[in-house]
Amino acid sequence: MINITTNIEGKDHIIIVEGDVDASSSIHLDEALTELANDELVKNILVDGTQLNYISSAGLGVFMSYIDDFKSKNIKMVIYGLSEKVLNVFQILGLDQLMTIVSDKKEAKEKLHEVQS
Amino acid sequence: MKFNLKVYCEKTRLRDIRVFITEKLKAYVHDDLEINQMVLAVDEICANLIIHSNYCNANETINLEVSVEKDGITFEISDEGEKFDISNYKEPSIQEVVQTKKKGGIGLMLVRRIMDKVEFINKEQKNTCILHKRFNHTQKE
Repeated sequence: MINITTNIEGKDHIIIVEGDVDASSSIHLDEALTELANDELVKNILVDGTQLNYISSAGLGVFMSYIDDFKSKNIKMVIYGLSEKVLNVFQILGLDQLMTIVSDKKEAKEKLHEVQS
Repeated sequence: MKFNLKVYCEKTRLRDIRVFITEKLKAYVHDDLEINQMVLAVDEICANLIIHSNYCNANETINLEVSVEKDGITFEISDEGEKFDISNYKEPSIQEVVQTKKKGGIGLMLVRRIMDKVEFINKEQKNTCILHKRFNHTQKE
């Protein structure tokens, strides 16, 4: 019950995550992020969470495991479009303070440019 | 009111568990955020039991009982797999989890933040995890 699509828009790589990211499906999110992390051309990652219905610790753990990697490789990641209940799961452990989470794609793109300038 | 669900120890069953709890809780709890938090807590415990206590062995089962009481909701999740000893569990810091990149270890952290009571009982071959959440003002009359 997960579908992950990666698109390229200019210099931005967009991962669209649809469905539920739980202990059985988080591996697919992990694979998609690994692929981007290993691509030297990738500098900006936008995670489209508008169709993300559910996330458990397995999904949070995947995002957390790339924080240091992305930092050292100078890759910026912005998550956007989370529903209130999915955002709430990030907030329970304060992970919304460790990652950049914004409300929509426009704001996400602005955030990437702001970080770069 | 009590509800019961028995599932085989396969990770793909986690979704069935979430659907079951969401359906049952809708009649008693208004707040979708609160329902999702309880669903998440039970999902985390069941994922741990399926993966770590029963090694995803589909011949094994876990049993979930949901009891809706006056003051709140109690979830009893039992299995006969390897027991989990909470006295040996030391909660990592978020920084440790980020640095070790091990993609795990925060499930129980979430459960403890969400639930008002988290208990693990081992009796003979049976292990039971009891989670209790007190109702707040969002309870349906």
